[in-house]
Amino acid sequence: MAYSFPEEVLEHVFSFLASQKDRNAVSLVCKTWYEMERWCRKRIFVGNCYAVNPRIMIRRFPEVKSVELKGKPHFADFNLVPEGWGGCVYPWIVEIARGYPWLEEIRLKRMVVTDESLELISKSFKNFKVLILSSCEGFSTDGLAAIAANCRNLRVLDLRECEVEELSGHWLSHFPDSFTSLESLNMACLSYEVSFSALERLVSRSSNLKTLRLNRNVPIEKLSILLQRAPQLVDFGTGAYSSEIRSDTYSSLAEAFSGCKKLKSLSGFWDVVPAYLPAVYSVCSQLTSLNLSYATTQSPDLSKILGQCHNLQRLVVLDYIEDTGLDTVAMSCKDLRELVVFPSDPFVADANVLLTEQGLVSVSEGCSKLQSVLYFCRQMSNSALISISKNRPNLTCFRCCILEPRAPDYLTFEPLDIGFGSIVENCKQLTRLSMSGLLTDRVFEYIGTHAKKLDMLSIAFAGDSDLGLHHVLSGCESLRKLEIRDCPFGDKALLANTSKLETMRSLWMSSCSVSFGACKLLGQKMPRLNVEVIDERENLDSIPEDAHVEKVYIYRTVSGQRPDMPDFVRTMGKDKDEVYNLS
Amino acid sequence: MDLINFEATELRLGLPGSSTDEPEIKSTTSPVNTNKRSSPEMDSNVSDENGSSRSPPPTKAQVVGWPPVRSYRKNILQGRKSDQPEMGSGMYVKVSMDGAPYLRKVDLKVYKSYGELLKGLQEMFKCIIGLYSEREGYKSEHAPTYEDKDGDWMLLGDVPWEMFITSCKRLRIMKSCEVIES
Repeated sequence: MAYSFPEEVLEHVFSFLASQKDRNAVSLVCKTWYEMERWCRKRIFVGNCYAVNPRIMIRRFPEVKSVELKGKPHFADFNLVPEGWGGCVYPWIVEIARGYPWLEEIRLKRMVVTDESLELISKSFKNFKVLILSSCEGFSTDGLAAIAANCRNLRVLDLRECEVEELSGHWLSHFPDSFTSLESLNMACLSYEVSFSALERLVSRSSNLKTLRLNRNVPIEKLSILLQRAPQLVDFGTGAYSSEIRSDTYSSLAEAFSGCKKLKSLSGFWDVVPAYLPAVYSVCSQLTSLNLSYATTQSPDLSKILGQCHNLQRLVVLDYIEDTGLDTVAMSCKDLRELVVFPSDPFVADANVLLTEQGLVSVSEGCSKLQSVLYFCRQMSNSALISISKNRPNLTCFRCCILEPRAPDYLTFEPLDIGFGSIVENCKQLTRLSMSGLLTDRVFEYIGTHAKKLDMLSIAFAGDSDLGLHHVLSGCESLRKLEIRDCPFGDKALLANTSKLETMRSLWMSSCSVSFGACKLLGQKMPRLNVEVIDERENLDSIPEDAHVEKVYIYRTVSGQRPDMPDFVRTMGKDKDEVYNLS
Repeated sequence: MDLINFEATELRLGLPGSSTDEPEIKSTTSPVNTNKRSSPEMDSNVSDENGSSRSPPPTKAQVVGWPPVRSYRKNILQGRKSDQPEMGSGMYVKVSMDGAPYLRKVDLKVYKSYGELLKGLQEMFKCIIGLYSEREGYKSEHAPTYEDKDGDWMLLGDVPWEMFITSCKRLRIMKSCEVIES
């Protein structure tokens, strides 16, 4: 019987459960296990900050040391979510400050973080160690100064692709001289110059520093100084990698790099001058991760580096790499797991670089461990997609973006249905898929039939009718995140799959054919879904029910309507009376 | 924003004039190329399944949020090109106003002069904004400033308009008293 098992033993067993999924499962076994588990859960991940409110979380899990929250929908990255939509972290920080005084870690993604929030964080948690802000905005360098000044035990300050209002570079100087616990600093997204001497002193006294990602403003001449102070670095991001060629700068840089025996990851390289690239040759064979996506270098220079990166697992580059560069990768980087190729000139119609579908096919042939792909290109064919799927049935993430919306197979002019169909059929472990090009309802039939492990699907300018959406909602058993833009999907598919929506984290649809009336119906029918219509038109009240909404964001929640909606967001079907009421 | 104009520019699938939902649907002329949106035309070689083909695209216009590349990535490379403003894409910059909770965005290409820009900003934030003049000082409670390509904060109005729009990265409407102090 469960209650004859000593609590201490149960707790010990549970301590080996790291994944939240496992812990959630364990807590459903019986009341005793539920109680045991909730008292010893240390990390919480909330994938949608509006799905639950912080008080519920704190009440159930009193001993949490690490909180991770996500805010805005993914399409906010591409400016599809208007400013002011929401995702403010402040109310969460207020509650967490009260409920978890011993909190050590906060990770936030796509949230609005104010200076007020940062100040509150810096003053509320005596043992605060880790702050990771990913794609966040709303704060200034004053907030960073508060973190630097007050968090005595800080280990990680990681600003990934944040939009920071930069008032000055002085924030870094707020780390006191007695502060020596820093392990990771990522300030690559900032552009203001910080005091180099303050930076140098910080690096010198942080003997545990493993990650240092500088911003563009740190000149190449200063890099060797920092590397000499921190030869133990594992992850380094340069600043602007350019200057007039000087042999003494070059040789001290090359020497400094060769002293970094533990270096595994390199990034930065803004404004790169190719003549300085060989300075990193000595560490190439150690590298497992290389991000050259700011390096506007031509393929031959890139190939020279990549040809030496025999242990590379993750590569991020621009399409300057071209098919020939990817051939080099296919031959030399046999351990490659993840490939990302960004477009250098996304808005120019004609390719000015020789990157085609062939480069990706090449890598899929040569790199047997390839699991994750994000590939921007200007042409694709069904035969290439089929080859890729047959070469790499172990793909877990496949995101292919053909720059021209609705571009067909460039060889046959047919839709790319069978190509992407082949991907989902052969890659049975696929959890994430983004498609592009000309696609009919058929591709969704393939997806619904085969993509049983698919967790996240992104669709744009695809499909013919509601049937397409219906295939996905009724067939994809593991689907949790679905984001759709500019597709002729509408009411019928949504209303036929209402219960599916409660098994998912969220559904985003913009510029589709979903009506106000259907949103209202859905909201009325499903009390645990928030059906948020985002519509910036004036005179919203006089738009008829069968008109199409601009955007709708549907998510499951146990917290009801959120209290912080701006005037262009309405939660449909929750008020008994007028749906378009501004209250 | 005028609802009528909006409908003409709204991104839709289906042949022009075929959507009948909104009673205010206007003519079936090809979508106005505002800086915000335009419909992505298919390659003129391809017909859709009904056998009718779309008309060939007039220009290479841009679609909001496409391709799905983060804005900071687009800016990295554009900074390296000549100082020409992007063609046909709009020049959206963020505008913050001291004391206002939300930021806004304006398209600088819509305006032809500082005067027009200030008028637009005043309407947006419901306040009076005045340019600084050496003789008269600040004419109003709010002063418009902007961040230029070098990261410096400048007062609006010193450089010619054309130079301004190519170098302005973002706008900030400050309280005039704070400008004097800083």
